[in-house]
Amino acid sequence: MTRDEAFFEFLCRMGDNTLILGHRVSEWCGHAPVLEEDIALANTALDLIGQTQLWLGLAGEIEGEARDADKLAFRRDAWDFRNLLLVEMPNGDFGRTLMRQFLFDAWHTILLGRLMKSSDTRVAEIAEKASKEAAYHLERSADTVVSLGDGTEESHARMQAALDYLWPYVGEMFVVDAVDQAMAEEGIAPDPASLRAEYDALVGRVLEEATLTIPDSRFAHKGGRDGRMHSEHLGHLLTQMQWLQRAYPDARW
Amino acid sequence: MRQTQDRPSVQQIWDWLGQVPDPEIPVISLTDLGIIRDVDWQGDTLVVTVTPTYSGCPATTIINLDIETALRGHGIEKIELKRQLSPAWTTDWLTEAGRAKLEAYGIAPPQPAGGPDHCPHCGSTHVEKVSQFGSTPCKATWRCRDCLEPFDYFKCI
Repeated sequence: MTRDEAFFEFLCRMGDNTLILGHRVSEWCGHAPVLEEDIALANTALDLIGQTQLWLGLAGEIEGEARDADKLAFRRDAWDFRNLLLVEMPNGDFGRTLMRQFLFDAWHTILLGRLMKSSDTRVAEIAEKASKEAAYHLERSADTVVSLGDGTEESHARMQAALDYLWPYVGEMFVVDAVDQAMAEEGIAPDPASLRAEYDALVGRVLEEATLTIPDSRFAHKGGRDGRMHSEHLGHLLTQMQWLQRAYPDARW
Repeated sequence: MRQTQDRPSVQQIWDWLGQVPDPEIPVISLTDLGIIRDVDWQGDTLVVTVTPTYSGCPATTIINLDIETALRGHGIEKIELKRQLSPAWTTDWLTEAGRAKLEAYGIAPPQPAGGPDHCPHCGSTHVEKVSQFGSTPCKATWRCRDCLEPFDYFKCI
């Protein structure tokens, strides 16, 4: 794998996370339990999709095969996506959606903070922009996890169920492979495993305040970020996200 | 050369851009927002450097179109728009005039405290946050406990 090939993979990982999560969160638009939550979810999705344009835009430049952010987002098939399994999972109920958002935001803010010091200025610039928005996302998702976790009997039970369901998808964030090693060697991105301690501390603090129990197991589902085994859910998601661009390939606004 | 003497000065371009309103909040201009980072002539091409506010701001494309339309309306033929990501846009770049216009329009301008200290409608200090997210990515929703009106707060970023 050349340096540019590894860089392309890394950028797709960043952009596919925000793209797929942005799509998932946007599915709530018009369906949220309360108007303010509907707006908050839609705004979060919008931020994520905006960040996608930056990451995938750069990925297309690095690849050098005239694929822009739109082509990468809407013409690749499931096996070419590089997002974490966590973000392609169906939303479930509102509690599970916000738990997933929190587990992602905690990791995303830590990672973006490190990427602001990337040896590649373009990566550092995108990270600088995205980290400000991610900070607001984390503030909101953490607050919601605490309110619902330390809430009523029902909200607590649903949040605990959400945490039990999603925890096995957290480990994939910290997996290290050849792409990560190449990025770390170049100083472009940190070693993913090096983020774990800070992540555990942040997540532990918030979940304790939410009176929730982190599952014991360290088992981690894998196959998303390297594309080796996406879940069935991603295919269904893409049928919604990509149908227009595939049905009308030359469509223009 | 005659061509160089005919072309508008950089200051003139800034003035023209100061008359282009933000498409979403028409009381403030693009220069009030602090998103125009540079104006420069490179040969006979006018290069305007713009920085986006929020990554997903839907007004960004419209703003770029509006800049081109306005400048072409003033007779500029060759225009290049450059996007500058860093330093990242911050509400610190809002002009004082811009902040006053926001308040007059009913949007509480950004405060270091992270929230408004008074209602832009009635001036009361009994205000509370409804949600950190509002009608656009840049705004939060607050309400006044005295006049009971809801209002937008322009978030610090």
